[in-house]
Amino acid sequence: MKIAVLLLTSFLSAHAFAGLSGQVRIDGSSTVYPISEAVAEEFQKANAGVKVTVAQSGTGGGFKKFVAAEIDISNASRTIKKEEAEAAQKAKVLWTEVPIAYDGITLVINPKNTWVKTLTMEQLKTIWEPGSKVKTWKDVDPSWPDSKIKLYGPGADSGTFDYFTEHVNGKAKAIRPDFTASEDDNVLVKGVAGDKDALGFFGISYYEANAKKIRSVAIAGTDGKFVSPTVETVKDGTYPISRPLFIYVSHASLARVEVANFVSYYLSNANKLVSETGYVPMTDAQYKAGMAKIAAIKK
Amino acid sequence: MINLNLNSNATTKSEHPLLDQKGNLGKRKLKSYIFAFMCFLATVSVIGLIAYLILDTYLQGSAWINADFFTNFASRMPNKSGIKAALFGTIWLLGITALFSIPVGVISGIYLEELMKRGYFHRFISVNVSNLAGVPSVVYGIFGLAFFVRMLGFERSLLSGALTLSLMSLPVIIISTREAIAAVPSSIKMGALAMGATKWQTARDHIFPTALPGILTGVILALSRAVGETAPLIILGAVSFLAFVPQGWNDGYTALPMQIYTWVSKPQEEFHQLAAATIIVLLGVLLVANSIAIFIRIRSRKVKL
Repeated sequence: MKIAVLLLTSFLSAHAFAGLSGQVRIDGSSTVYPISEAVAEEFQKANAGVKVTVAQSGTGGGFKKFVAAEIDISNASRTIKKEEAEAAQKAKVLWTEVPIAYDGITLVINPKNTWVKTLTMEQLKTIWEPGSKVKTWKDVDPSWPDSKIKLYGPGADSGTFDYFTEHVNGKAKAIRPDFTASEDDNVLVKGVAGDKDALGFFGISYYEANAKKIRSVAIAGTDGKFVSPTVETVKDGTYPISRPLFIYVSHASLARVEVANFVSYYLSNANKLVSETGYVPMTDAQYKAGMAKIAAIKK
Repeated sequence: MINLNLNSNATTKSEHPLLDQKGNLGKRKLKSYIFAFMCFLATVSVIGLIAYLILDTYLQGSAWINADFFTNFASRMPNKSGIKAALFGTIWLLGITALFSIPVGVISGIYLEELMKRGYFHRFISVNVSNLAGVPSVVYGIFGLAFFVRMLGFERSLLSGALTLSLMSLPVIIISTREAIAAVPSSIKMGALAMGATKWQTARDHIFPTALPGILTGVILALSRAVGETAPLIILGAVSFLAFVPQGWNDGYTALPMQIYTWVSKPQEEFHQLAAATIIVLLGVLLVANSIAIFIRIRSRKVKL
């Protein structure tokens, strides 16, 4: 009996003194989700008393919950929109934006496609812009075959779609309507892998996981040099279609120790965990800058 | 009948009117065979399709099902991944949903069918209950988010999820309860009332036990649907990743369908196989729940007879 009581009290006290308790609630972009999930997994192992939850309701959906103070950290694959920032101000939710990784948007083709090696930003625009006249590969380059080009891309709710249309076509959400759209990137991978005349685009992590089934295309940036999407080219900014990914941290939540610890854990382990999930980490200096930003708020 | 006899007598072509159509018999038998064959074909193709889907899922996922799969939490590394959190989440959801929806649904059904005065209000409620049974689950999710999560302040908890799933299950339970009660022979009811039993005694001792198998079928259908739902849970804020077991009704949660959804949308092939393994487990959970209900059903019949 004595032993049982002893065991019980030691168990309880071990639980109580194991460190932190409370909860860290994360929601938002499905692109950023794998990174936050990896951090949450490791943080949870080190801090058994804290309840970390990560959901994925999209960047827009995440910001709605963020403004309603239902979550502590919002994952975002784009910067906060003006309306969202105004809503946050109205609800008196103060926040800090912390960039945590890069994502290279990869243009992919079928491995049986022998003609396309490179594409310029202009060619991409003529293919994807609204009212595009391009119907066959020949319409893009006269030396290419006269077969119908089949286009695959993410649906209009995705941050990848927003970024691609704005960056390539010049206007957010402006795109030709006749392409196969899916919110599920695996559907796009399958489409391109099974269609010789396909051209598609999505985040680099989906390309890397399926590199045997599909091939990436090198893209020419402003200096005219063709650059393939790799960790290095995305990181040093030479690959022309890459974007930063963010977490938004609520100041009210940051006042809680468990959230503050989680964010600093995030930034100090991001380098390793971002690479593991197939994304491109930022430089150490950038992560340090993020830490400094957070530290400034805590004071 | 009499007319037919008179006719056959008048024409005196044969002894019996049916014999006249003998020349037709082969053709009619053929028609009957074709119809039977079509029914067979329809059944086989449906069962075949389901068998194919289950087999395909099994082949993809079976290798991942082992003890670790049940005791590990989800992880970014496929070989360390498990469904502990999702399994506990689903059991919690199923439990709380059953706790709310079965009593409320069955009692409402009994009230609507047996006790409530027929009139405009009764018709109004009946029509609305039937309509609610056809409302898409996403709509329940949106309602749950506005009402349970925000207005009542239950937050993104198990309780919000389970209450929303309860609302979704109620119409099916109410309707099947009503139908099961309506199917009880009126002689039983009349007999009880004639012996001087009150309305309540009649309902409790005679109508309810007779209707129980039908009611349970409705409950099984409703809860099976609730357990397989993803759409309302996503809206209600069930999470994709957590690595702790819910301690109470106010904790965050994930569920088996959420876990499947999360893994299917990952880029790595191994996670798709894990999703297949989770589908097998979900089917298993449904099968266990259904067999418990069937067991109760058989027992309740035995007690009665």
